[in-house]
Amino acid sequence: MKNHSLATLGRFRRKRTLGRVWESMIPKFLLACALVSVLTTLGIVGTLLKETISFFTKVSLFDYITGTKWTALFNEAQQSFGVLPLIAGTLLVTGIAALVAIPIGLASAIYLSEYANPKVRKVVKPILEVLAGVPTIVYGFFALTFITPLLRTILPDMGVFNAVSAGIVVGIMIIPLIASLSEDAMSAVPRSIREAAYAMGCTKLEVALKVVVPAALSGIIASFVLGLSRAIGETMIVTIAAGATPRMTLDPTDSIQTMTSFIVQAATGDHSFGSIAYGAIYAVGMTLFIFTLLMNLLAQYISRRFKEEY
Amino acid sequence: MMSQATMSRYVIQVENLDVFYGEKQALDKIQMSIEENTVVALIGPSGCGKSTFLRALNRMNDMIPSVRINGAITMHDENIYDKSIDVEMLRKEVGMVFQAPNPFPKSIYDNVAYGPRVHGEKNRKVLDEIVERSLRQAALWDEVKDRLKDRATGLSGGQQQRLCIARTLAVEPEIILMDEPTSALDPISTAKIEELIQELKRKFTIIIVTHNMQQAARISDRTAFFLSGELVEEDQTDHLFSNPHDQRTEDYITGRFG
Ligand SMILES: Nc1ncnc2c1ncn2[C@@H]1O[C@H](COP(=O)(O)OP(=O)(O)OP(=O)(O)O)[C@@H](O)[C@H]1O
Ligand SMILES: [Mg+2]
Repeated sequence: MKNHSLATLGRFRRKRTLGRVWESMIPKFLLACALVSVLTTLGIVGTLLKETISFFTKVSLFDYITGTKWTALFNEAQQSFGVLPLIAGTLLVTGIAALVAIPIGLASAIYLSEYANPKVRKVVKPILEVLAGVPTIVYGFFALTFITPLLRTILPDMGVFNAVSAGIVVGIMIIPLIASLSEDAMSAVPRSIREAAYAMGCTKLEVALKVVVPAALSGIIASFVLGLSRAIGETMIVTIAAGATPRMTLDPTDSIQTMTSFIVQAATGDHSFGSIAYGAIYAVGMTLFIFTLLMNLLAQYISRRFKEEY
Repeated sequence: MMSQATMSRYVIQVENLDVFYGEKQALDKIQMSIEENTVVALIGPSGCGKSTFLRALNRMNDMIPSVRINGAITMHDENIYDKSIDVEMLRKEVGMVFQAPNPFPKSIYDNVAYGPRVHGEKNRKVLDEIVERSLRQAALWDEVKDRLKDRATGLSGGQQQRLCIARTLAVEPEIILMDEPTSALDPISTAKIEELIQELKRKFTIIIVTHNMQQAARISDRTAFFLSGELVEEDQTDHLFSNPHDQRTEDYITGRFG
């Protein structure tokens, strides 16, 4: 009996074939691929940290955070490193973008999820996703050569470079992201809940605004936050259309400079390695990184904390 | 829309009702009259058109683009498929409870107050009263009165279903449609809801789909047997179960098919 069963088992014993070796190597290979991106990210953060720390040995952190004058690229006697104007510029553009993108994005999502018939949705949703893939330099030129001239027919005194034109176009750029993510969140609301509301005599609009939007609110807000975090990090459009004038202002018709467009300006100019202006690139980069990181954490927190159980 | 003074003793009269999903006919020349303050059970094998019939009564079928409807359904001498009918007003009068409990992801209070609020009630005191009355009518008040602010999704399945009933009652409908309201529930919750239906019948007219023939026998005054889109037989419940006229009804209730 015993012999017999062992003999049978033997047929299932592993054989070390070439195929098997190959099979066992695949997970290691895949792990290595995954590590590449993790290590790269760590490397970036590491460099950012190192250069930022070295920058703050030369410039006081307090002056950086509270200063209202940013002249990093001037000669050394006139240099001033108050980051607030860059933050103000960034927030101004982001605020304008939010005013454009949130209502339009949400309205598009409501239309797609609640009103559009399935055929329309099948066509429009992929188009939205294609829009999300348009290179931002295209949007930048759109801002400079179309939106700005258009705005200047209404406000003839406005300069060629201004925050509002860039902000509007950044907003247009993030509409697809907000619409698409909000639509996902709204489509995830079960049909049975909508039916309950219809069966009580709610109109389509009441169902959309008073049932579906509240039920999908966590996903919708997360989409806003993600969209705005992209607006904060957006570079090309603001570099092309918003100007390069660091300024503490809330006037959207002014020319301003954002954190990102400062980095472009500084990185494309020639500043000797190790100079303070060079270090400023990293300090601003770090500031930007902290902003977008916080926004992303906020988005995650919101969608987890307020997640609906249906 | 619906006058109190009614000429016929029937709340609902269905005449020659056909319902099509695209080319497929789901209901064929249905005739039925339903009296006030009765419980009518709809029975029949799966796919015979019970839900379709129920959803014709509050025009929920309208939301499916392929649906086509012929014939007339009269409530208080008005054809609900007439062009002049306000569908939202109709659905306010004809409430519906679904197979699976489907509370809104809101608090218990907000679930019940939802309908009145949508229909314009803002006064907090009035809303409080409606919520309490509806929850009492749905035999849920004692279980939830101390946690009205809790999320409805945290209730048990049976409690959720009674909450859905309370939510429907809060709109003060005249007719309540129920599509297999206990099929997702345990026997104790089912018994509670059956008891509740007996209570509710005094104020409302109830039309209930059920797959459970004992349930139909226990709770309904009249029973309608559907088979492949046809209304085979409709009669007083005890007659239909003890003395069916149609052979197909007898086959079904004795379990010979379906
Ligand atoms: N949305 C729809 N589109 C197309 N056909 C449908 C649709 N809904 C129902 N039908 C068809 O209509 C017929 C009746 O369906 P209905 O849902 O009314 O049956 P039912 O008696 O409620 O069945 P069950 O007991 O399984 O709930 C079935 O043949 C079904 O396939
Ligand atoms: Mg059904």
